[in-house]
Amino acid sequence: MNDPSIPGIPQLIEIARSVRIDIVQAIHHAKGGHFGGPLSAVELLVALYFRELNIDPVHPQWEDRDRFILSKGHSAIALYAVLAERGYFPVEELMTFDAIDSRMQGHPDMKQTPGVDMSSGSLGQGLSAGIGMALGARVLGKSFRTYVMIGDGESQEGQIWEAAFIASRYQLDNLVAILDYNKVQQFGWQYPEPLLPIDHPEEKFAAFGWHVIEIDGHDFNAILNAFDQAKMVKGKPTIIIAHTVKGKGVSFAEGKYQWHAKVPNDEELTLALAELVRREG
Amino acid sequence: MVELASQDSRVVCLDGDLATSTRTDMLFKAHPDRFFMMGIAEQNMFGVAAGMASVGLIPFVSTFACFTAKRALDQIRIVIAQPGLNVKFIGAYSGILTGKTGKTHQSVEDLTVFRAMPNVVSIAPIDGVEVRQAMHAMVEYDGPVYLRLTRDPMPVIMGDSYQFQIGKAVTLREGKDITLIGTGEQTQRCLDAANLLAADGISAFVLHVPTLKPLDVEAIVNAAAATGLVVTAEDHSILGGLGGAVAEVLGEEYPVPMKRIGLRDTFGESASNAPLLEKYGLTARHVAAAAKTLLEKRST
Repeated sequence: MNDPSIPGIPQLIEIARSVRIDIVQAIHHAKGGHFGGPLSAVELLVALYFRELNIDPVHPQWEDRDRFILSKGHSAIALYAVLAERGYFPVEELMTFDAIDSRMQGHPDMKQTPGVDMSSGSLGQGLSAGIGMALGARVLGKSFRTYVMIGDGESQEGQIWEAAFIASRYQLDNLVAILDYNKVQQFGWQYPEPLLPIDHPEEKFAAFGWHVIEIDGHDFNAILNAFDQAKMVKGKPTIIIAHTVKGKGVSFAEGKYQWHAKVPNDEELTLALAELVRREG
Repeated sequence: MVELASQDSRVVCLDGDLATSTRTDMLFKAHPDRFFMMGIAEQNMFGVAAGMASVGLIPFVSTFACFTAKRALDQIRIVIAQPGLNVKFIGAYSGILTGKTGKTHQSVEDLTVFRAMPNVVSIAPIDGVEVRQAMHAMVEYDGPVYLRLTRDPMPVIMGDSYQFQIGKAVTLREGKDITLIGTGEQTQRCLDAANLLAADGISAFVLHVPTLKPLDVEAIVNAAAATGLVVTAEDHSILGGLGGAVAEVLGEEYPVPMKRIGLRDTFGESASNAPLLEKYGLTARHVAAAAKTLLEKRST
């Protein structure tokens, strides 16, 4: 890492901390939004926007940029926080999240928010749009790559598997899916015993013809290595199955389905911020 | 389609494994690199089209109207209509004349669905001339467009000098007694009905409305004002399609007595065209009879 403008792992960790603080404050301020899902995706998004994606925050519509789709659109606030920290718009604007006339809509809106490459919100749709971008790059003779983050609960949608089949059939090695495998959905199966949103996604995607990489989704080294490995894969799409913790960074929310879309009260905000400032610091 | 793709390198076609029915196989032969078989998976297909449009291509998505307007509706809504992406979606085999496939493959609600969806332009041409012109207009227009097509080719009505414009209705016949307003190929049955009425000394005004949205409000009001009585006709449900649209416009702008010819809150069934048109009341004779009922009411 000789280029001082490229953040190293310690800086990425600090950025992730700032992003988590942004997320928790914005949700508290908006009195709405999702909590657990955005926090599980932070390291993955920070690694994408601060290291992996070939982008220009000053020119968000640059034609040759790499594309990213947050298919699990209810985690929008995490994407907004990362875009803000990356310089697409002021961090203060996050406080308009979910408010009338805001560019920070409850789910990502490509026509509202600078840096958002595809609208999403109704689950299961982003991977298909990513295929369109990847095929489009091929038709246009462009070398940009397309990344799509999907959720584990989202992978119950049939369209994900329609897309998994077609991406493989068209041998889209310029497409990378990232599964935020946080193991918890809004309610899921709780009785007679808890069940995962999806079992063995690595086997399922491999059976559909994908190259599969499994990593710890909170470990920047592992994430960056996975991105590098994906670039070496030819003739098939890659999925990075990122094992994550829902609500990561806020101990009382970690792994709890009750915090899928809960808004922290003043006391919980104080506790969360204290943890986020102290942890890893 | 082949012509469009040859003229504009941004045009691509996605097919839901109906290429031999919708004849997009011709594009495959001419431009195989811009034809994408998406398999029998319509939801993914529309999402792929959105992604392609977002990077600058002009995707035409081809499947049956029943799948376009229902099977993939949420996909069209979220990633095409809401962001206003430049995707053109074709609903082939619309209405009830779908080659004996029956109610599962007929489409009697698609116009209602797309009229109600913000940002979507809806076009239902009368013949091959208008289809061809509409497809060129769709490429020039930047945004989502739904094109409603029929299975069977219809006689050519429009002359060589005809210029289709999105949002413009066309007067096909002037008249003073009754106004017949049609969309899609059903306008042809309005013309036939006008001939039937003429034989009885009734002068019918015929307005063709190829664009259901944006609707040509001025033309519809003027056509209604010309005679003071209106019959609408469509191979589609009367609820929310052309009949609904005209009733809404006239109710607000120029109330006149009217009747709607179309499917009356019912699905269709399997049969060949003639018995279907007869049973569901879509023939020229049905249009003419509705016109006469209105005229009789007025004279009493």
